[in-house]
Amino acid sequence: MTTIPLEHVLILASILFIIGFVGVIVRKNTLFMLMSLEVMLNAVGVAFIGAGSVWQAADGQVMFILILTLAAAEVAVGLALLVRMQHCFKSLDIDCLNQLKG
Amino acid sequence: MIKELASIESLFYLAASIAVIASLKVVSRKNTIHALLYLVVSLLAVAVCFYLMGAPFAAGLEVIVYAGAILVLFVFAVMMFGLSQDDVKHAPQAKGISHWVGPVILALCLLAEILFTIESADVQQRLNATIVSSKDVGILLYGPYLLAVEIASFLLLAGLVAGYHYAKPEAQGGHL
Repeated sequence: MTTIPLEHVLILASILFIIGFVGVIVRKNTLFMLMSLEVMLNAVGVAFIGAGSVWQAADGQVMFILILTLAAAEVAVGLALLVRMQHCFKSLDIDCLNQLKG
Repeated sequence: MIKELASIESLFYLAASIAVIASLKVVSRKNTIHALLYLVVSLLAVAVCFYLMGAPFAAGLEVIVYAGAILVLFVFAVMMFGLSQDDVKHAPQAKGISHWVGPVILALCLLAEILFTIESADVQQRLNATIVSSKDVGILLYGPYLLAVEIASFLLLAGLVAGYHYAKPEAQGGHL
């Protein structure tokens, strides 16, 4: 039984998630949107670890490891797309991508 | 009083507030490199939170994989984009230490906190009671969750192939 109440862990997770979500919505730069996505995935990890430590189960950490692999794959593909986007449009502005045409 | 200060909860709240402040800075900075510095601090603060929640294995993974590998990927990408192309021309020019002093202060707070946690026998004793060991995680990972591990490996393979394909220059046969 951990000493940190689950409510506070979940509050921290929601605050981090909302900060990341606002970042994805507000920023125009695609690189900053990827960073905000990282913050959001991290917040989900906080929620899983907190729940796992309250119930003394290892499942939370297993889920965190899966989220970690998801984040790694997402960043690799996202940054490769960004390199290609910079090559094509000479800009990282998300508004360059408003005409789904190569 | 000192016992009150030393409780795990207050250490957790300190690390959590550092994580929130650093995350706010990540989404509000103009310059990419400064935002990356704050992102590192945010991830380290979350790692300290994991440690205090009784998951030292997850804390180590967070530092190694997130703050180590993924952030290095980001830095490589930023270097490839060329800083002059980015928001940097709107940001104020570098004025000595002023740009990295914020992340350094937050990171020093985290360092002091983790050192205090390691040094204090009382906190260590209470933490040891709540630890979910990495052995349990491993048994679960290669028992009931074996299929999930296989699917994760396929996801990583897909990320590898897609990254190789998209980032290849046009001259070498790369196209979208």
